[in-house]
Amino acid sequence: MSDKKQEHDVEIDDVSGVETTGHEWDGLKELNNPLPRWWLWVFYVCILWSVWYFVVYPAWPVPGGATEGTAGYTQYKELQESQREIVARQAAYLDEFESASFDEIMNDPALYEFANAGGAAAFKDNCATCHGTGGAGAPGYPNLNDDDWLWGGTLSEIHQTLLHGVRAGNEDTHISQMPAFGKDGLLTTEQIEILVEYVLALQDGDASAVTEGHELFQQNCASCHGPDGKGSYEFGAPDLTDAIWLYGGTYEDVFYTIYNARAGVMPAWKARLDENTIRQLAVYVHQLGGGEE
Amino acid sequence: MTTKSTSTHMNDGPDYKPDYNMDIVKMFVIATSFWGVVGMAAGVFIALQMAFPVLNIEPYLTFGRLRPLHTSGVIFAFGGNALFATSYYVVQRTCRARLWNDGLARFTFWGYQAFIVMAALGYVLGVTQAKEYAEPEWYADLWLTVVWVAYLLVYMMTIIKRRESHLYVANWFYLAFIITVAVLHLGNNISLPVDIRYDKSYSVAAGVQSAMIQWWYGHNAVGFFLTAGFLGMMYYFVPKRAERPVYSYRLSIVHFWSLIFIYIWAGPHHLHYTALPDWAQTLGMAFSIMLWMPSWGGMINGMMTLSGAWHKLRKDPVLQFMIIALAFYGMSTFEGPLMSIRYVNALSHYTDWTIGHVHSGALGWVGFITFGALYYLVPRLWGRTEMYSLKLVSIHLWVATLGIVFYIAAMWVSGIMQGLMWRSYDEMGFLNYSFVETVVAMHPFYLIRATGGLLYLSGALIMVYNFYRTIKGDVRAGEVDKDGNPREAVNTSRKAAVQTAD
Repeated sequence: MSDKKQEHDVEIDDVSGVETTGHEWDGLKELNNPLPRWWLWVFYVCILWSVWYFVVYPAWPVPGGATEGTAGYTQYKELQESQREIVARQAAYLDEFESASFDEIMNDPALYEFANAGGAAAFKDNCATCHGTGGAGAPGYPNLNDDDWLWGGTLSEIHQTLLHGVRAGNEDTHISQMPAFGKDGLLTTEQIEILVEYVLALQDGDASAVTEGHELFQQNCASCHGPDGKGSYEFGAPDLTDAIWLYGGTYEDVFYTIYNARAGVMPAWKARLDENTIRQLAVYVHQLGGGEE
Repeated sequence: MTTKSTSTHMNDGPDYKPDYNMDIVKMFVIATSFWGVVGMAAGVFIALQMAFPVLNIEPYLTFGRLRPLHTSGVIFAFGGNALFATSYYVVQRTCRARLWNDGLARFTFWGYQAFIVMAALGYVLGVTQAKEYAEPEWYADLWLTVVWVAYLLVYMMTIIKRRESHLYVANWFYLAFIITVAVLHLGNNISLPVDIRYDKSYSVAAGVQSAMIQWWYGHNAVGFFLTAGFLGMMYYFVPKRAERPVYSYRLSIVHFWSLIFIYIWAGPHHLHYTALPDWAQTLGMAFSIMLWMPSWGGMINGMMTLSGAWHKLRKDPVLQFMIIALAFYGMSTFEGPLMSIRYVNALSHYTDWTIGHVHSGALGWVGFITFGALYYLVPRLWGRTEMYSLKLVSIHLWVATLGIVFYIAAMWVSGIMQGLMWRSYDEMGFLNYSFVETVVAMHPFYLIRATGGLLYLSGALIMVYNFYRTIKGDVRAGEVDKDGNPREAVNTSRKAAVQTAD
């Protein structure tokens, strides 16, 4: 307002009775209203609050670090604080659970319930991606709701599978390799076709009729799947008589399996989950369908 | 209104009006409309992809590639062209000077469109430097730098050769936007190409330093592109349309400088509870709280400009667009500081609440203030007295408002629900819900969100049709002007018949 010429242009707005600043651009003028008081005060309060916050919390970088604040806050402490309740609730069971054998867990209703609750939570976040939210599986990923097991269905067998996985590249993992009979030229296409007929007949219970297939099966498949095709936990060889198919049970599916072989992988959870969680998972998976004694 | 001016310190008289360059403004207005529809359509499509994953068509049309196409499409293509159009219009008229250098101005148009196409093609082909809102790779970044320097030159030179002694407030905001975006763009894109013949580059900063620079950029892209730039727009078009003086010159100064000073610090609130040191998080949060009133200064100044003229709001849908924009601006600039508070952020972060917050600002503030400005501009640029139909403007207003309400309400519910589900645990201390269960629970809200987006897009299509008829010279039958006076219907397609009747 030091410019005299502009002062001269100052006019009073008819509608509001407020002075303008005396400038005009393309027909636009400005009123010279003061800052709204409430606006200014809220602004001041926000600034004061921030100054207080800077004192209480870590805030300003200084040589060799930053101001630490009077509250001793770190986000790691906050994390511990917000997990305190959840940790306390688990701790009520964990001490006992940790030292209990599977037998003891199965015979103690509280521990059994605890194991299932923990297993269910861990299952949804770790296992459901492949096995499905309800454990119903998908092609290549076993259904966990039935009593058909590949590597054994007792608690300790499930526990082993969880710890070390299947073909997971560690010393203790389950490992086996079905030959690719067609791709590697071990059998002719015609022979495989006969085997497919035989395997499909196995599930219907009238395989004896396919005599040529019977012979081929005994020579090539029985060493793992057993002479009667009932499978073996030792090799993770599926039972071929129960009409449960890991990779599909159509003619084309079975042909593809024998021609190219299958070798699914399950990760080893030992390095990813703690032992308590793995044991909870074992109990949970065991009770899903047909856990074995 | 101009007759009282006695400013005579320039060579030309106070009433002298130069031959403004309105062709360049027209070009940017058309580009704004075009990219608006493209960007919003991309948004509706990716919203549907969230609800129906089967719509992900590999590899080019997956969510991961189309999401930056949507964000860049609406922010940089729609919003950017709108800022070019209005800043070129406003700077000329408030400086009473023709835009400096027609050739360079035209270069900024074609250069900017080329940048948009370059960026969009890159996204679809999978070329990205994976920085949110800064996805284009080094070659596109370099090109944009050239275009942006040209923009700054055109703008600054026009200001320098102005015929008004003072600089109108809108220009402060536009200038802050142009300069700061240049600084942000350069700061966040310091990277080394793997090979000059190859699109891939690596950021010079790594880890948490890279993240901090990215969110210093990202937050201030919101602050200086979507806030300061559009406040510039607001400061011209709201008083123009309301035919009232700006409420408070003093408020405009104080909120301008406090906004500029405080905004630049607030970025770290995007990195709460991460590897970013606690002290940096504290600064980001506290400055966000202090930012609340400086942001609201713009809303108050815009809304209070209508004091004494509130009755105009009843009849004029263009003014309604601008005032609803300011209301959404006020709402999102309150919600922002709220969400920056550690305690609130612990719940809101990584949920749809953030998406809802962004869209109340983007659809409500940026979109609506742009629509208001465009509805003001189009008739004037093409020499018409008013839009083809203010009724259609009104329909656009309500369809779009309904769309926003659908969108942000769905995202609030979905976001807060997901945040609460994540932290919910049972009496034994185990989490109640897995991630995928939260996604399943959000599905209905994804549908509502897509519906909201579709409504908003429909509104934009109504606008484009209205522009087309306006430019053609038509006036819809039964229309009144913004003051309620009846207008004579014109249909240029039926000119012969009209003449016979006369």
